Amino acid sequence: MLVPIAWLKDYVEIEDLSLTHFEDRMVMSGSKTEAISEVCQGIKNIVIGKITEVKRHPEADKLWVMQVDIGERVTQIVTGADNCFEGAYIPVAVHNSWICGGVKIKKSKLRGIDSDGMLCSLEELGFADNVIPKKFADGIYILDGPLPLGAPLQEAVPEFADQVVEFEITPNRPDCLSMLGIAREAAATFERPKRDIARVDVPEKGDINEVASVEILDADLCPRYAAKVVRSVRIAPSPMWMQLRLMKAGVRPINNIVDITNYVMLEYGQPIHAFDSDTLGGGKIIVRRAHEGEKIVTLDSVERTLDHETLVIADATHPVGLAGIMGGENTEITDHTKNILIEVASFDKTNIRRSSKALGLRTEASARFEKGVAHCHVMPVVDRVVQLIHQLDAGDVVGGVIDVYPKPLEGKEIVARPARINAIIGTKLSEEAIKGYLERLEIVCTLENGLLRCQVPAHRLDLEKEIDLVEEVARMYGYDVVDTTLPHDASTGGLNYNQTLVAAARAQLTADGYNETSTYSFVSPSQPDWLNLPEDAPERLQIRLINPLGEEYSVMRTTLAANQLEVLARNFNRRLPAVRSFEIGYRFIAASLPLQELPEERQTLVMGAFGPTESFFTLKGSVENLLDLYGIQGVEWRPMTTHTSYHPGRCAQVFHGDCCLGTVGEVHPKVVEAFGFEGKAYLAELELAWMIEKSNLDRKYNPLPKFPAMSRDLAVLVRDEVTNAEMLEILKQNGGKILESVALFDVYKGKQIEAGHKSMAYALVYRAGDRTLTDAEVSKVFEAQLAALSTAVGAKLR
Amino acid sequence: MKDNVQSMLTQALSEINGAADLTAIEALRVKYLGKKGEVTTLLRSMGAVAPEDRPEMGRIINEAREAIEAALESAKEVKSASALNDRLIQEQIDVTLPGVAKKRGHLHPLTVVMNEIQDIFIGMGFKVAEGPEVDTVYNNFDALNSPADHPSRSLSDTFYITEEILLRTQTSPVQVRTMKASKPPIKVISPGRCFRFDELDATHSPMFHQVEGLVVDENITMADLKGTLDVFAKRMFGEQTKTKFRPHYFPFTEPSAEVDVTCFKCGGKGCRVCKGSGWIEILGCGMVHPNVLEECGIDSEKYKGFAFGMGLDRVTMLRLEIDDIRLMFENDMRFIEQF
Repeated sequence: MLVPIAWLKDYVEIEDLSLTHFEDRMVMSGSKTEAISEVCQGIKNIVIGKITEVKRHPEADKLWVMQVDIGERVTQIVTGADNCFEGAYIPVAVHNSWICGGVKIKKSKLRGIDSDGMLCSLEELGFADNVIPKKFADGIYILDGPLPLGAPLQEAVPEFADQVVEFEITPNRPDCLSMLGIAREAAATFERPKRDIARVDVPEKGDINEVASVEILDADLCPRYAAKVVRSVRIAPSPMWMQLRLMKAGVRPINNIVDITNYVMLEYGQPIHAFDSDTLGGGKIIVRRAHEGEKIVTLDSVERTLDHETLVIADATHPVGLAGIMGGENTEITDHTKNILIEVASFDKTNIRRSSKALGLRTEASARFEKGVAHCHVMPVVDRVVQLIHQLDAGDVVGGVIDVYPKPLEGKEIVARPARINAIIGTKLSEEAIKGYLERLEIVCTLENGLLRCQVPAHRLDLEKEIDLVEEVARMYGYDVVDTTLPHDASTGGLNYNQTLVAAARAQLTADGYNETSTYSFVSPSQPDWLNLPEDAPERLQIRLINPLGEEYSVMRTTLAANQLEVLARNFNRRLPAVRSFEIGYRFIAASLPLQELPEERQTLVMGAFGPTESFFTLKGSVENLLDLYGIQGVEWRPMTTHTSYHPGRCAQVFHGDCCLGTVGEVHPKVVEAFGFEGKAYLAELELAWMIEKSNLDRKYNPLPKFPAMSRDLAVLVRDEVTNAEMLEILKQNGGKILESVALFDVYKGKQIEAGHKSMAYALVYRAGDRTLTDAEVSKVFEAQLAALSTAVGAKLR
Repeated sequence: MKDNVQSMLTQALSEINGAADLTAIEALRVKYLGKKGEVTTLLRSMGAVAPEDRPEMGRIINEAREAIEAALESAKEVKSASALNDRLIQEQIDVTLPGVAKKRGHLHPLTVVMNEIQDIFIGMGFKVAEGPEVDTVYNNFDALNSPADHPSRSLSDTFYITEEILLRTQTSPVQVRTMKASKPPIKVISPGRCFRFDELDATHSPMFHQVEGLVVDENITMADLKGTLDVFAKRMFGEQTKTKFRPHYFPFTEPSAEVDVTCFKCGGKGCRVCKGSGWIEILGCGMVHPNVLEECGIDSEKYKGFAFGMGLDRVTMLRLEIDDIRLMFENDMRFIEQF
């Protein structure tokens, strides 16, 4: 909402306030400003001139040589504009002046003729293209005279010396989309009196009822419709003051009638439409729902087919306008229009929104009706339009007004409790003070038995309950002076168990060199293909969005693996030599599709890595550390040869009992290729939610050993297919009571090793809790272990 | 014999004094004090001394032995100190060579800033509540007093899965869930992902993050809301930070406010970050609308509450001076490793 300050001053006494103070306080009372701009910013030395002579440039067809009276002297200016004439008052940028945009004007010669500066267009005075009247689009702005010659433009025409404040109006306050609305807020904020608009008696002739009638057939969508008729309209440009105000408010001047309707709309917030009444069949206005399939050509020359929910303004036979949205071309005001009917009406906001959306047609009027326009402005607006028509001598007003308003709205009353108001805001305001704040906003209050009976002014559509008045009191009192206190409670904050473990995983993984990533929850439906997953993979049960931004963001992710591979690929392709990354997030698991109930969102951890030092085992080691952090013991790593995203010989699943906690492996070369990179990549997909379920952070002290340990190394030759897991199992089973630990420290294949075999070396540690072991004791157990290995897997000591 | 002892002592002390290193000192110890050493030999030859002279001779020899021992000890000390010194000199390294530790990983910037925010609120007694990214239209809009025809519900603003199920556009449905699931007093923050129909550009992302807070109790006031957020702003952006509460409108709170903080880059003087105003808008807040409390089964006469919400991505970008939101979801390691 663009508010020129000079215009606003017509309605409220704010002359003595500095603009900064005005802005600050308006913001603090709830009218947020977006921007403040200076009209004609940067102009200097532009003065009023009068053209005394217009001649063709002797050397150039497209130029004119003007003699311009600027008071102290008559000067010569050459211009290319075609709309200048002798006697015209114009803004002159003389030698050494500045026009808008920081351009300095100096005298010069144009095709050999001296020019002492230039004549200004509206653009050069700082107005935007989209508000400049078409008539002046390519020409000099002709001022309404007479004006003092040689006087600075902004002194002679103060409308050029103005500021425009742009307010951001929140959706609950459509009443503030108007000069009067902002004036009411200013009056309340600064406790200043409002100014009434001056009225004169307008002579009226005849009776409207003889030339027009209004019938509302669908009062649910049109609660009020008023009409006024004006005869013998004299279409002409509106006066300069009105044009300038409209332009500053962001509206392009058209002609006096249209400008008046726009001007009054900006004053009151009430859209107004004017029909050429001679084109209204039977002088009739019928407000009704359109017939299904009915057609109308709107003012923008588009033929529109209507449905039954669209409200139209019709004459006896045809629709002549889309109610509250746009008029029809058949009743448009033209330069030849003689008589007009002015419509000031109220329409149902939901219906206007629906129709506007259905037709794909949004206008200033529809935008306002959608947000809500109070019924109370109808008659004042009719009156104001008539006043301006008379003032501008734009037509002869016909007597009487039609105002169809079958069910007038009753005034709203809200009962508010001062104690409650104080309790919510945290204030100790007296009843009188509260009453005072509300009355600033024209809410009339009476105090009865400690209760405030508040009469809501008709323009306030947003005030319905006590809580709405609490906000009014708070903003009038001032949010800035409300105390700052802290809640008095005994609550203890903190993370819950799940959150604590997630945070611990993040800490562990970052300590282990993994960078945390964040990727989108909605992904491409092709992810399972890229992951080389089978047709019946559960990851293919994807939840689709109805309205995705694009195919690549159209389904909720069923796996985090694909996003992580994309991260690896992106970094690989940006030439990073090595990456360790992870993400903790949710994947979406539908019970069935289409979705009947909310899907399961399962917390998942994915880890990815590539680089010269990475292998299956580096990733596995990281996972083992995490399992240790969570206190998950006794997991089993089972080879996984059939997961098609992974290398069949380099993939494992980690089981806790029957529960598969996740998959770790080298990514299948085909999958690496599908993601657009090369080399070896490693991935771990872990069910974080289940890991947390299996976690055990309970730790109890185990006494430190009192007796020394003895260690033995064991290196044996076994066939390739013998796994470490098998070996460990045998060593542990045959370790008696004294085997404390056993760990693999080397696997070797090479020249000295028989083909199809490998050497495996273990460090064995023995200890007894109650004595120092003897060599003999240890040897006995060691021999038994070796014998068992030999029997079970044919191991031979190296 | 006395002279013998004296000359041996002189000789020994001179040799000890001239010993080159610890090995030489050890050799001298053996030479003089060893089983076959000179002092031992002298003691053994005591038999040849007249009995009345023996005590005197014994004392002299012992004194000589003690003198040699002391000389050996002190020479040893000197030599070992210098030997250690030599070793240390030899072992000198270039300490500016790089460390050999494995490179640490980094948290995502959103997590870094979220952790800060979380810590502040936990310190003020808040718990952390979470909710699903896919939620119902009811939880996301209806229960939050959002008008049925509100434009934010449209297909051009909100992602839908079915008519009743959507991607949450705010973390406020977590507030609804929390109020329905627990009785006051309630004091939670709810961080999480949100989704809105915005094309991806430098300042918009169809997926973003919010942190909301909710406090419901018997005597909560707007002053408590101001105080809570004031403490938050000071802890988050520095003790000198000031807050400004401006009236605003949200369907689910009333009175509602937007909160600005003094620009943490320029301190309020006006700069590029705050677009010259000295203030940065960081959150929206208000007193929970009674309609929302009632909808969630909380007696709005008995209980009051306040709620606030901020864009985590926005705060992160401001805080870490990140100028393009796309960087956050591109996951270039060189970006993440900066935080």
